Amino acid sequence: MDGIHDLGGMQGFGAVGHSPAESAFPHRWQAVSRALMIVVSGAVEASGGEFRHSIERMEPGHYLTSSYYEHWLTAAATLAVEHGLVTLADLEERAGGRFPLSGPVLAPAIVDAGPDVGEPRFGIGDRVQVREWHPPGHTRCPQYVRGKAGLVVRVDGIHSVPDVEAHSTTRRYEATYSVRFDATDLWRDGQRGVAVHVDLWDSYLE
Amino acid sequence: MSEEGHHPAPVSPIERRVAALEALLTERGLVPDGFIDEITRRYESEIGPMNGAKVVARAWADPAYRERLLTAGTAAIAELGFGGAEGEHMVVVENTPAIHNVIVCTLCSCYPWPVLGLPPAWYKDPPYRARMVREPRTVLAEMGCELPGDSEIRVWDSSAEVRYLVLPERPSGTDGLTERELAGLVTRDSMIGVARL
Repeated sequence: MDGIHDLGGMQGFGAVGHSPAESAFPHRWQAVSRALMIVVSGAVEASGGEFRHSIERMEPGHYLTSSYYEHWLTAAATLAVEHGLVTLADLEERAGGRFPLSGPVLAPAIVDAGPDVGEPRFGIGDRVQVREWHPPGHTRCPQYVRGKAGLVVRVDGIHSVPDVEAHSTTRRYEATYSVRFDATDLWRDGQRGVAVHVDLWDSYLE
Repeated sequence: MSEEGHHPAPVSPIERRVAALEALLTERGLVPDGFIDEITRRYESEIGPMNGAKVVARAWADPAYRERLLTAGTAAIAELGFGGAEGEHMVVVENTPAIHNVIVCTLCSCYPWPVLGLPPAWYKDPPYRARMVREPRTVLAEMGCELPGDSEIRVWDSSAEVRYLVLPERPSGTDGLTERELAGLVTRDSMIGVARL
């Protein structure tokens, strides 16, 4: 989905709020959120794709104004409700107020994942073109490279396609590639001497 | 507001929501005893950038290790005992006087946990994720990472299964140092690529 999570290249965010060091969990609820996401993911057997997509489906305003572990908490609760572990009514009663969940899945469930792509179609040095597409479900193809051409710099073996595993119990495996894009090919105002590398599954490429 | 006294500061809405989900899942027998403390302990004391610093120091001290690290990162990192979730497919990218590498995850917050621990908040927040792929020269300068104007910047967006670690340049004047002392010079930020040493 063309969701709020797909942030690469968006403008207007201002300076990075850098800190040189911080503890892993400044507040206990952050550690609890992390643990609960692991608990829920295990209980409902969520794939990595389904987990990430449950965050991506957050209401955009909520996503941008909440911290990382609030994303995890929201996603854990969403998956727990969707898989019948708890109800929203129970959550809101216990919380003593509103408990915002992520929005519904927009993509249909995938029944037939299609054939694996066991052999890489491309090798190092090949010029490739990213598909210009807008899938309604989970994908790891960032919008900022869609329709753009780049150069394969690495072939990384065969991996489960997240676009399938987020919406199915079946799997499809494909080669992945690290593709180098010249920043001036990506952005009208791209900075000189900058190469941006994006790791892409085979089916993301023309 | 409680009027019973001795209560800590009012619990925030997010803390109430976390407690609600925790209670419901615990009642259903899904949260193992001690699990939350275990998560906290692991990520606060076992896994962190001190691991990556050992990898970098070894690469500085041992040219053959450096070669293995750059050609087969996962196996070379495993030689020092580090590996596991979010470190199964490691690629190490080397800084040189002419090339500066920096890692980002524009879609979420992918990060090499076994060698760097959990990502800092700013790495997961929108400004870094949005801007690092579009204006890295500007963002690095803002973060105090000064680069020669003609140096090449290589940004690595961790969008699939590979997780990246930057091998920073060894600082000059460190010839006599032990590997342990070298590791003490390596910062988290230098291994993300937002600082030079």
